[in-house]
Amino acid sequence: MTFSFEILLLILLLVTAAGAILVKDLMSAILLLGSYSFFLALVWAWLGAVDVAFVEAVVGAGLATVLFLLTLFGTAPKDSRLRRPPPPIAALFALPLLGVLLLYAANDLPKFGDPTSPASTHISPAYLERSYQDTQTPNVVTSVLMDYRSLDTMVETVVIFTAGIACALLLRRQAS
Amino acid sequence: MADALAAVFQRPNFLTFVIIFLWGFYIMVTRYNLVKKLVGLYLVQTSVIFFLVSISAKKGATAPVLLSATDPVQAFQYANPLPHVLTLTAIVVGVATLGVALALCAAIYRRYGSLDEEDILKRLE
Repeated sequence: MTFSFEILLLILLLVTAAGAILVKDLMSAILLLGSYSFFLALVWAWLGAVDVAFVEAVVGAGLATVLFLLTLFGTAPKDSRLRRPPPPIAALFALPLLGVLLLYAANDLPKFGDPTSPASTHISPAYLERSYQDTQTPNVVTSVLMDYRSLDTMVETVVIFTAGIACALLLRRQAS
Repeated sequence: MADALAAVFQRPNFLTFVIIFLWGFYIMVTRYNLVKKLVGLYLVQTSVIFFLVSISAKKGATAPVLLSATDPVQAFQYANPLPHVLTLTAIVVGVATLGVALALCAAIYRRYGSLDEEDILKRLE
C-alpha cells in the first residue's frame, strides 16, 4: 500500500464532495456527486472491497445519479435561493462539538489496516476459513451474502420491492 | 492535545469520514432546497459506509476471494468480508430509499410548484 496514493484519492474524494455541496446549480451538483461516488468506488477497490466497489459504481454512481437527474428534469433544475441562508445557532454549536468529540475518539480506534484489530479477529477468520468447505464458493462475500445470510438478502429484496411500489404510487398521474 | 492530533492524522480515512459526515449533515439542516438536502443525505450515507469499509482493510491483504481451493486459508491474507456484506446491503437499501425521497420531491413539486422549503411553508398557510 503506497501511502501517498491513498492520500491523493482521499483528497479527490473531499474535493468532489465539496464541489457537490458548494456549486449553486443543482444539475452540476448532481453530476459532481456522481463523480464522488465513482471515486468512492475507486477507494474501496483500493482497500480490497471489490464487491462493494462494484455495487457502488453501478448503484451509487449510476442509478442514484439517474434518479436525481430524472427528478430534476421533472422539477426546478435551479437552486431557487442563491443566497445561502444564515445557519441556525444550534447547528453552529452542535456540529463542531460533535466533530471534536468524534476526532477525540480517534485515539481509541485500532490502527488503520491492522490485521489484529477487533473487527478482524473475533468471528471473521472463521468465515474465511470455513466458507469453501461449507459453500464451495471461492468468493467469501458471495458465500456470506447468498448462503449464510440468504434469508436476510431475500428480505432485503422485499424492502426494495416496497420502495418500488411507493415510488409508483407517488408518481402516478391523477386521472382528471 | 498533540497526541490527539497525531492520532487523528494517523487515521486519514477517519478524518475524511468525519468531514464528509458533518458537512453533509450541515447541508441537510441548513439548506432550503429539498434536492440539496437529499445531496447532503447521500453524502452522510456514503461516508458511514466508507468508514465501515475502512475498518475491514488489512495491510498487505487482498480481496476476499480465495486464491486456492485446496490450501488451508490464512485469514490475514484476505480483507475482512463481513463489513463488505453489511455495506452491500446498506448501499442498495440506501439508494432505494433515496428513490422514494426523490419521488416525494417530485410529488411535492407537482402539488406546490416549488422545491423551496420556505415557499412550500408559505403556500401551506
